[in-house]
Amino acid sequence: MVLGHKRTLWQKIHLDMPLLLALVCMMFGSLAIVYSASGQNMDMMLRHGVRMGGAVIALLVFAQIPPITLKRLVIPLYLVGLAMLVAVFFFGITINGAKRWLNLGVTNFQPSEVMKLAVPMMVAWYISQHRMPPKFINLFIGFILLCVPTFLIKEQPDLGTSLLIASSGIFVLFLAGLSWRLIGGALLLMVPAVFAFWHYGMRAYQKQRVMTLLDPESDPLGAGYHIIQSKIAIGSGGVEGKGWLHGTQSQLEFLPERHTDFIFSVLSEEFGLMGVVLLLSVYLFIIGRGLLIAVRAQDAFSKLLAGALTLTFFVYVFVNIGMVSGLLPVVGVPLPLISYGGTSMVTLMAGFGIIMSIATDKRMLLKS
Amino acid sequence: MINKRPTIRDHSAEANLFARRAFVGFVFVTLLIGLLLSNAYKLQVTEHDTHKTRSNDNRIKVIPVAPNRGLIYDRNGVLLAENRPVYNLEVIPEQVDDIAKQLAEVGALLNISVEDQERFLKNIRRKQRFKSRVIKARLNEQEVALFSVNQHKFPGFNIEARLARYYPYGETLTHALGYVAKLNKKELTALELAGEAKNYRATHDIGKLGIEKFYEKELHGIVGSQRVEVNNRGRVIRTLSVDAPTPGQDLVLTLDIGLQQVAKKALEGMRGAIVVMDPKDGGILALYSNPSYDPNLFVHGISGKDYRALLNPDRPLINRTTQGRYAPASTVKPHLAILGLEEGVIKEDTRIWDPGFFQLPNVEHKWRDWQRWGHGHVDVYKAIEESCDTFYYHIGNEMGITKISDFMNKFGFGDLSGIDIHEETSAILPTVAWKKERFKENWWTGDTISVAIGQGYWTATPMQIANAVTIMVNKGEHYQPHLVQVKKQFDEITPMYTEERPPIVLKNHDHWRVALEAMHNTVTKVTGTAHKAFKGADYDPAGKTGTAQIVSIAQGEKYDAEKLDERHRDNAIYTGFAPYNDPRVVVTVVVENQGGGSKIAAPIARQLMDYYFTANPLKQGAN
Repeated sequence: MVLGHKRTLWQKIHLDMPLLLALVCMMFGSLAIVYSASGQNMDMMLRHGVRMGGAVIALLVFAQIPPITLKRLVIPLYLVGLAMLVAVFFFGITINGAKRWLNLGVTNFQPSEVMKLAVPMMVAWYISQHRMPPKFINLFIGFILLCVPTFLIKEQPDLGTSLLIASSGIFVLFLAGLSWRLIGGALLLMVPAVFAFWHYGMRAYQKQRVMTLLDPESDPLGAGYHIIQSKIAIGSGGVEGKGWLHGTQSQLEFLPERHTDFIFSVLSEEFGLMGVVLLLSVYLFIIGRGLLIAVRAQDAFSKLLAGALTLTFFVYVFVNIGMVSGLLPVVGVPLPLISYGGTSMVTLMAGFGIIMSIATDKRMLLKS
Repeated sequence: MINKRPTIRDHSAEANLFARRAFVGFVFVTLLIGLLLSNAYKLQVTEHDTHKTRSNDNRIKVIPVAPNRGLIYDRNGVLLAENRPVYNLEVIPEQVDDIAKQLAEVGALLNISVEDQERFLKNIRRKQRFKSRVIKARLNEQEVALFSVNQHKFPGFNIEARLARYYPYGETLTHALGYVAKLNKKELTALELAGEAKNYRATHDIGKLGIEKFYEKELHGIVGSQRVEVNNRGRVIRTLSVDAPTPGQDLVLTLDIGLQQVAKKALEGMRGAIVVMDPKDGGILALYSNPSYDPNLFVHGISGKDYRALLNPDRPLINRTTQGRYAPASTVKPHLAILGLEEGVIKEDTRIWDPGFFQLPNVEHKWRDWQRWGHGHVDVYKAIEESCDTFYYHIGNEMGITKISDFMNKFGFGDLSGIDIHEETSAILPTVAWKKERFKENWWTGDTISVAIGQGYWTATPMQIANAVTIMVNKGEHYQPHLVQVKKQFDEITPMYTEERPPIVLKNHDHWRVALEAMHNTVTKVTGTAHKAFKGADYDPAGKTGTAQIVSIAQGEKYDAEKLDERHRDNAIYTGFAPYNDPRVVVTVVVENQGGGSKIAAPIARQLMDYYFTANPLKQGAN
């Protein structure tokens, strides 16, 4: 404004219009699919709508926090998050055999949600303090910063979330210019690591999920049931789909976890390949937009954070769709922006709030 | 910048590096989205048909639909076996959160005992939880209404309606109709072997006895099916198409329920059997065995207590009309008289002196006549009218056992009558070979003497006696006795059992007349044994009494009913027909351990004939 740039209304309220439009489209789509997947349960759809409202508020709030302020919050947020993870380790509430929650009196809280934001922020902040491409020592410290919470979450156990958090940190390192040689070396090391992980790091049920992925028909009524029914749902949708509310696999409840993890199958069954193409296009648009914002961002911290959050969002998409369509093992990851579910959506939208804050940072406007 | 930097940074180079990395990331994302898309294409286009088929297999189930069992009517169209809706309270345990609590509440509402509730809870733990299970069978209308009003409180609980057999006349028809009851494992195996199992997929009950069993195939019908959409718990969501079952055929019996009720009333308090036959075609007008029992007890599974009650010494489970073995006694005298005439042993005017007993040459034993002082000079008519034993001792001795059994076999003795129920015995028509086989003994002349008055080794069922008289009434024409007149499906009526059997042809057809006339005299003449019983009848009856000894009376002793144990008293038999000129009805009555045929059995036959001719009056001047 000093230089006479006229700021639009969108910029004044720190929102990125194309990104917001894409997100809102997804949310309306989500309402329609959840309504169908829940067996036309109006109450459930309304609850879902209310939660989305909460998530949008989180987006609006985070969008108002300038990157400079965020930077100041990085270390406290990371430390608090880490402390809570340790607290979960000792005092956590066990639900369904997993110790993931802290009892805050009013509600149960999942500290790993905080880490979904805190880890990329922390690594981005640390790496941005140094010259890029980063030196090995900085990479190593950045790696440690992401490994500690990853390990704690994996031990809860929550393999899906721990992998997502690890990948968010790794994306920061990658975007910062992690040398291709190191990437190649890491990939080579992966082979024995995966072998070791299979034998010593994985729990029996996790191994079972991988085995089921490789051959779901080996246990059609047990572990393979979810994947088989999901593939039948997707495949039977064909090109045009069976029509909204007319998916037999979902409406007749053959499909498990219809409104949460397996909602992609419902969409594929009812809207067919056309629906899948549309969904993936919107995802690609959101990711493209997020990366564009990152490239345009003013400082290294903003670039790394926006880029890492965007790529992590894609990991969600890929893991979930890969899982329900039989490409990846079943790890409980919801389909971002579409699945019914509370906290993860709030965290996700908070992340998009941060991206929008970066997009509408005053200094960035100067540059453009 | 807030943080101090150790060295000068090239921001432009860093921005370029980042942009390159972001671009690589975007390319990578695009490639992976392409992978997801190609996988979706593979599932939804390439493998679409496979998945579509599997999806339909998931949701579409074919449910068999039981056909309605054919109804059974009497000859006048009165409904004898019908299908009534029964209401069962059922529950799918999977759909109930706290089954013990809910069951306790339902139990309080519908009076289900705590023991029954506990037994139910114990059972469901073992069985599949998603299958509908019966909590209480046969709810009455009040219970159905009571539950329906409160149904919203009990999700997962349902009232299931189905049709079950009901016999409105209860024990009056049990031995003829039989009953249906739950299909058991053995019957299922038999159906499988017969290739019929598919037709019974939806059927609960099967005919176990009587007509219900004999005509199971006709009554059952053909199973239908329903294509339904089900959810993952197998619950039916909607019906897609229906292939309606073909109901079983209705049966119209030859029985007359009114006559049947008279028979039941007449035998009250006695053990015995009644067969009433239409001589024109062998149709059974009444078939009653006393004591009887309520067939409805069996339809829903009889309790152990009720079943044990039926195993008493009076043996209600036995169908005495076709399974009771009685000495035919004097009722076979007309037949034997014909044989005597045919064989030339006697002529129509041959007279034999009866001193009250018969002796074989050089044998001391005296075969006594029932009348101690004898009948004096006896011809064939008098021998039948007064039922003279001595006359038959003589001719029986002269004819010999082989001629007797060959001839009597033509009248159906020693063979199954072929009536359309399975519960039948052929009883015993003794022969030389039979005795050798059965007792490893030779046939003695003395054995023949007893057979000559329908006693000794000879036994017959009331059905056989009735059939034998019917053949005589028809002068040799022979119809198979049967209970079912026609079967009906929709508007198509198929008559059953119209075929005749080969008739008995006598050397001299006039010999029929002699026997029939003598039977007429038995009723009309004052000295006839059935005269008293039929005095004043509006129709013109004819018949023959019989009194069968249960224990042989020692030489020189007198039969005294009062002194004998009840089970050792004589069996009373009467078999007769009316009107004499144009017989329309043959009645056979056997009463166990009540005394003589003329005193006990003939009056019962009179009651039946009186009813018959009141219900089916003779045309004016026909008689």
